[in-house]
Order: sequence, then C-alpha cells, then structure tokens
Amino acid sequence: MTALRLPSDRWHLAEVGFWLTPVACFFLFPGYHVLGSQILIVGLFALSLDIIMGYTGIVSLGHAAFFGIGAYTAGLLAKHGWGEPFSGLLFAMLVSALFGFLTSFLVVRGQELVRLMVTLGIGLLVFEGANKAAFITGGVDGLIGVTMWKIFGVFRFDFRGYNGYLYTLGVVFAVFLLVRRIIHSPFGLRLRGVRESRARMPMIGASVRRIEVSVFTFSAGVAGIAGGLLAQTTQFVGLDTLSFARSAELLIILVFGGRGHLYGGLIGAAVYMLARDWLAGLNPTYWQFWLGLLLVLMVLVARGGIMDGLALIQRRLNRPAAA
Amino acid sequence: MTIALRTEGLSKQWGALKANSDITLSFPVGARHAIIGPNGAGKTTFINLLTGALAPSSGEILLGEERVTTLPPHQRVKRGMTRTFQVTTLFPGLSVLESVVMAVCEREGRGGIWWKTVARCREEADEAMAILAPLRLQDQANTLTRALPYGKQRLLEIALALASRPKILLLDEPAAGIPSGESTEVFEVIARLPADVTILFIEHDMDLVFRFAERITVLVGGRVLTEGTPAEVAADARVRQVYLGETAHD
Amino acid sequence: MLAPFLGVLFDGLSYGSLLFLIGVGLSVTLGLMNFVNLAHGAFAMVGGYVAVTAMNRWGVPFLLALPLAFVASALVGAVLERTLYRWLYRASHLDQVLFSIGLTFMAIATATFFFGPGHQPVTLPGFLRGQVSLWGVDLGVYRLFLIGTVVVLVVLLTLLVERTRFGIQLRAAVDNQQAAAGVGINVDRIFCITFALGTGLAGLGGGLGIDMLGLDPGFPLKYIVYFLLVAVIGGTGTIKGPLVSAMILGVFDIAGKYYLPEIGAFVIYALMIVLLLVFPAGLFGRRNT
Repeated sequence: MTALRLPSDRWHLAEVGFWLTPVACFFLFPGYHVLGSQILIVGLFALSLDIIMGYTGIVSLGHAAFFGIGAYTAGLLAKHGWGEPFSGLLFAMLVSALFGFLTSFLVVRGQELVRLMVTLGIGLLVFEGANKAAFITGGVDGLIGVTMWKIFGVFRFDFRGYNGYLYTLGVVFAVFLLVRRIIHSPFGLRLRGVRESRARMPMIGASVRRIEVSVFTFSAGVAGIAGGLLAQTTQFVGLDTLSFARSAELLIILVFGGRGHLYGGLIGAAVYMLARDWLAGLNPTYWQFWLGLLLVLMVLVARGGIMDGLALIQRRLNRPAAA
Repeated sequence: MTIALRTEGLSKQWGALKANSDITLSFPVGARHAIIGPNGAGKTTFINLLTGALAPSSGEILLGEERVTTLPPHQRVKRGMTRTFQVTTLFPGLSVLESVVMAVCEREGRGGIWWKTVARCREEADEAMAILAPLRLQDQANTLTRALPYGKQRLLEIALALASRPKILLLDEPAAGIPSGESTEVFEVIARLPADVTILFIEHDMDLVFRFAERITVLVGGRVLTEGTPAEVAADARVRQVYLGETAHD
Repeated sequence: MLAPFLGVLFDGLSYGSLLFLIGVGLSVTLGLMNFVNLAHGAFAMVGGYVAVTAMNRWGVPFLLALPLAFVASALVGAVLERTLYRWLYRASHLDQVLFSIGLTFMAIATATFFFGPGHQPVTLPGFLRGQVSLWGVDLGVYRLFLIGTVVVLVVLLTLLVERTRFGIQLRAAVDNQQAAAGVGINVDRIFCITFALGTGLAGLGGGLGIDMLGLDPGFPLKYIVYFLLVAVIGGTGTIKGPLVSAMILGVFDIAGKYYLPEIGAFVIYALMIVLLLVFPAGLFGRRNT
C-alpha cells in the first residue's frame, strides 16, 4: 500500500535553509538591520493576506486596514504610557482581530465583485477615519512619541535596529510557526475546501460563512501583529500604513511570491522590497513603470508567482523518478 | 413504517416560471426511490430544495418529525441528509484522500481542530481509506481530484457523500456520463448500502431505474404525474406518452 | 438656508455629471465584458492631457480640444482592447484587478515622465467663465455647461442604444452573449467599439473635468473609487443606472464636505458599503454572473 500523503508538520531542508538566512543576514549585513526588519514585517503582513486569499480564496483590496489598526494600537499604547513590547503586540492583535471580526460579516456576504468593492470600501473608510481623527492619530503628520520599554526588561530598541531586528525575527518566526501548524491542520483543510468548492462544503456539513468569519478574524489579527511590530520598531506610525497603496502593494507582493504556499508572502516581500530599495532609489518613476509592466506581463503570461515556479521546477525534477 | 423524509406542498417559482409545484411526497426509512421525468421537469430543483440550496416559495420539508424548511444546508447535513451533484462538484486542488478525510472530520465535529496536523488524525485517515476501498479508489488516494478520470470523479462524489454517514442520501444522476458497464458498478455500491439508509436518486437510464428502484415518482413540468412500483409506472399510459419523445437517444 | 443648499445641489449635480461621463464606460465594461478595469481613470487622464497639450502647445480652442480628447482616448482604448484586454475577459477578477493596476502604474509613470508631477493649469474660454444668477442663486457658467453637455450626451447615448442597429446588437450582447453570437452578431466588434466608446467618453470627461477635478499624474488612483462606485452601484445594463448613482454620489460627496467637513469622504465610503450590501446587483442592474 502506498504511503498516505496528508498535510503534516515535517520540515523540509529548504525551509530550514530559508529560516537560517535571516539569522545569517544579521551577522553578514550589519548596516541593513532596519531594512531586514521591514522585510520581515511586510512578509508577515503578506502571510496574513495569504491566509485569506491564497488558502481560502477571499480577495481583499483593503487589508492594510488591519495592519494600520494594529500599528496605531501598539503605537498609541506605547505613547500613552504602556511600552511593554510583547503585551503591546498582543493588544494590537486583539484590536485588529476584533475589527476583522466585525467587518467580516460585511465581507462574507455577496459575490466576488461585491466583496472586492466592500473590502476596498472598508480600507478607505478606516483610512479616512484615521485621517479625520487626527487628534488621536496625528493625522497626516503621523504618530510620534512612541516610546518602547526594554525587551524582557533588558534589551533596548536602539536606532540602529540591532535588537529590533532580533525581536522582529523572533515574533515573525513564532507567528509563522502558528500559521504553519494551522494550515496543516483540519481547519487548514477546511480553508482549502472553501477555496476549491464553496458549493460542496455545506454538503459535507461545514458552514462556509462561519469558516470565512473565523479565518478573516484570524488573518486580521496576524496583520495587526505585523502592524504592531512596525510601530514598535520604527517608533512611528504614518497614515500610509492604512492606505490603498499599501493594500495594492501587498496584493502585488503576494502574487509575485505565489499564493497558497506559505512562504510566498515572505519571499515576495524580500524580492519586492530589495528591488524597490535598489531601483526606486535610482529613479522612482522608472520603478513605477517597470513594476506596472511586470504586473501586466505576469497576468498575461506567468499566472503564478515565484513559489509556483519553484513547485513547477520541482515537479519536473521529480518526474524521471516517478515514471 | 417510519417516514424518513417528507414534503408538503413544496413549490418553487421564479416569476412566471414554476419549477416545482405543490409536491407532496413521503419517503419511508430504507426506501430505494427513483425520481424520473423529462429534461426540465424540476428534478434537480427538487433536490436543491430538499438540501436547502434553494429556498422554497411555499411548502414544508420534514426530516422525520422535524421541520427543516428554514434550516441552512450544512445543518441539514448534520441531521443526516446529504447529496451528490449531477455536475461533478468536488475539490479540484485537494487529493482524493484529503477530500474524504475532510468530510469525515466534519462529520465528527473535528473540522475545527487547528492545533494538530491532519497527518496525525489517524482514525479519520483510516476511516477515509475504508470508505474509498469498496469504491476502488484507494490506489488514487494521493491523486489530486482534478487529475482523476471522469468515472473515478463520479465515484468520489459518492465517497464524499458516504463519508457523512447519511441516513438520507440524495443522488443526482450518480452515473451521469459513465459508460453503461461501469454505471452498473456504481449502483451496486449504492445497493450494498445499509438497509436503513433512505436513498432517492434521479436517473435517466431506465434500465438502472427499473433494476434498483423499489418505487418511482414521475415528475413532469414541476408536478408529480404519478408514483408507484416500477411495474405500475411502466404500465401507466401517461408515463409512456411523456417519454414517447424521449426514446430517440436512450 | 435655501441658497447654500441649492448651491450644494447644483455643485453636486455638476460633479455627478462628470462622474457619470467617466464612469459610464466602466459600467458598460463591467456589464458587457465582466471586466473590472481599475485603469479606467487612466483613460480619463489621457483625455485630460491631450486636451491640455492641444490647448497650451498647439493653441487649439477649448471647445475643439474636447472632441480631440474624446477621439484620442477612444483610439487608445480600441488599441489596448484588441491587443491586451481581450485576453483577460475570462480571467478571474483578481487577475483583471492586478492587470489594470499594472496598466495604471504604467500610465502614471508615463504621465509623470512627460508632464511632471504637478497639476496642469487650464484656462477656460471667456464665455464659460463667471456666474449666472438664477432664482437668487449664483450658478457657475462652467458648471451649467457641464450639466448641459451631459444631458445632451445622455440623450445621444439613449438614442444610440435604443434606435440604432448597433444599439440593439449591444443590448443583445449584454443580455446573453452566447445567444447573440449564435444569431450572428459580431460580439468581438461590439466589445471593441463599446470599449472605445466608454474610454472616449472617459477622455472627454477628463478634459472637461480639469477645472473641477484637477489633472495630475495621480488622477487615476485618486478618483477610481468614485468611478467604480458609479458602475457598481448603478448596476449594469442601463444608462439611467450609472446616471442616477453618479448624481447621488456627486451630491452626497459635495454635501458631505460642506455640511460635515469633519467627516468628509467618510460619508461616501460608508454609503458605498451600505448600498453595495443592500443592492448587490446595483440600483437598477442585473449581475452578469
């Protein structure tokens, strides 16, 4: 009897290699800790989108809303007296998750196009809300005065981003492990079931609505953690964390990296942000043009992202053995 | 004789189109009941109403003694009624085994487990293989659904339904598109189901209908034309008149 | 009390006229080809820049620059439709969104490259400037001109759709594409012409709107939400649908900014979500699934 293949927790060598890379980078690229943190944060943010988009099939044009809510929550908490990092993140996650829960009921109604518009609308609504509530959020000027206490009471958030990087890496890795476990669990199967056939799921006894509400809430929470990390490590929160540009950029990153492959968001974030850092530094207009062109070509020709390309290569390599 | 499933005056209309009109039927426990009728007679609509995919314009549906007319679809499945689809509705990106394991987990109420991987759910995996075996799908356990040949997909349709351990099974043209030789096989699996499972099936192949059905209901234009044993229905002049135009390709 | 209210209404209607002009093309694209075109604002922008270039560099008078804008945008639309858009009619909405965002980025970058990042100035001809007094309210002449233009265009469009052969074929294709092709209607050609008409109107709107909406490279992203709203809330399949939704949006937006400036655009977005959830097929439309 052939071995049964079911989602498991076995670690591939490539995964281990993947996670050793940021650790190595910590030592190899001492001047780039701030960029490194940014990549990890965006990677986590992209992972949160992958959970609903890649695995469950809910497309969102407004996911930055939860990122921003997490960022402002953590930032405001620290600004107004409570600068403990981990509890700040926890609180950011809870607030984002709550918001995700409340808006999920709006999102799960309606067909694909209506959802697209509703998520866009929610993103814009939250942006406007933060903009108008400038007396809390600092509006266009942003939220300053975010003072963090020491991590574990020992390590300071310094300006070089040294400790911040390790803190970010630790949190992102921990959350990643959680997401990875969930994706490989029966609940993860459910998500893919909803993506593959919304019609069949009720017929095996699963409530699509309840699944979508819970995954949307969870995803919002993870996005909130990413936002909180941003606030804590940069000690500043701007309105751009909530902007449509951020939501659109996230979409692009995830599609580049590959949806539904767990690592797509992280890889996409790394490639995108490194490319942007390099190219946009040369000429921002050129960067925008080539990015647009790449997107157009991707949709017309490539269809999958980096992870899909890798999977294809792996299948080609495996074929002689399987025959 | 306990009644497993019953409808009272079930109707569905969209504007002027009356897909189902005043259908009152009852199905005892263990029934092997075929629903036949020309194309557009409203057979699939009837199943959609029973499962809750469509809301009726009027009428009631009762599972045993319980009124389920307003119950959402997944709740009806939890009460023991499930279906297969005429147009294959499976999970293309999931493997055969993953699909059935998922269905088993849902039935057990374990679909929401997030702290343990699926690979560690040994009981569910074993049960899934046990469901696949009599349908001869165990060798395709790791194959992605979209890579399965059509005939195997129809069998998976049934496997998924069986995974819910239904008390009432609604089969919408289970052998649709399968060549005659293999379609008998499908029905033999169905026939081997426990005697207390109530089975309703829509079918166009009259050979299969007369072989496996104990009772037949004929639907025409959304209404029940007649109902009875195969012999009674075959002898009914009205039924033959309705099918006179259909004999060309059967 | 009444005067400012009338003023707000009037401003809202002229704003709505612009939104309709640009948004109607998007509504048709959505309904006929089931395509979510976030790049639609870019076609309006093309029209705007063509009009500006014609007026400022070649000395073309304003009233001539407008049809020029229409033609230019229609041409660009037709070319892109035949070369790029047609391959994506059956693609998922996400793919269409990504594609059109990509096109938008390219358009914005191109505009920045050729025209710089700032707003384009426009000098309206003398006879369109100033104000006219009606019922005790001072109404801007240009705004009257906008509303007038759109009224004429709505009449023309309605005639086109209801009285011409093209119009009948268009309606057939919107209703049931397969059946239309089955009776010999050249659906490809209908798509191309309709798309070009939609982008042409958008270009015209872009040219007309330089004064009220401004023209800078960021135009497509700034206003795309409004055009989307016009299309989705108005529903597809009618002209009056987008017209009504554009007017509602225009009036509410202006009114919101006037009466509740602390809340501003918040009103629009909240209204949008509510309308979408209550009327998922739009106010007057049917959804093409």
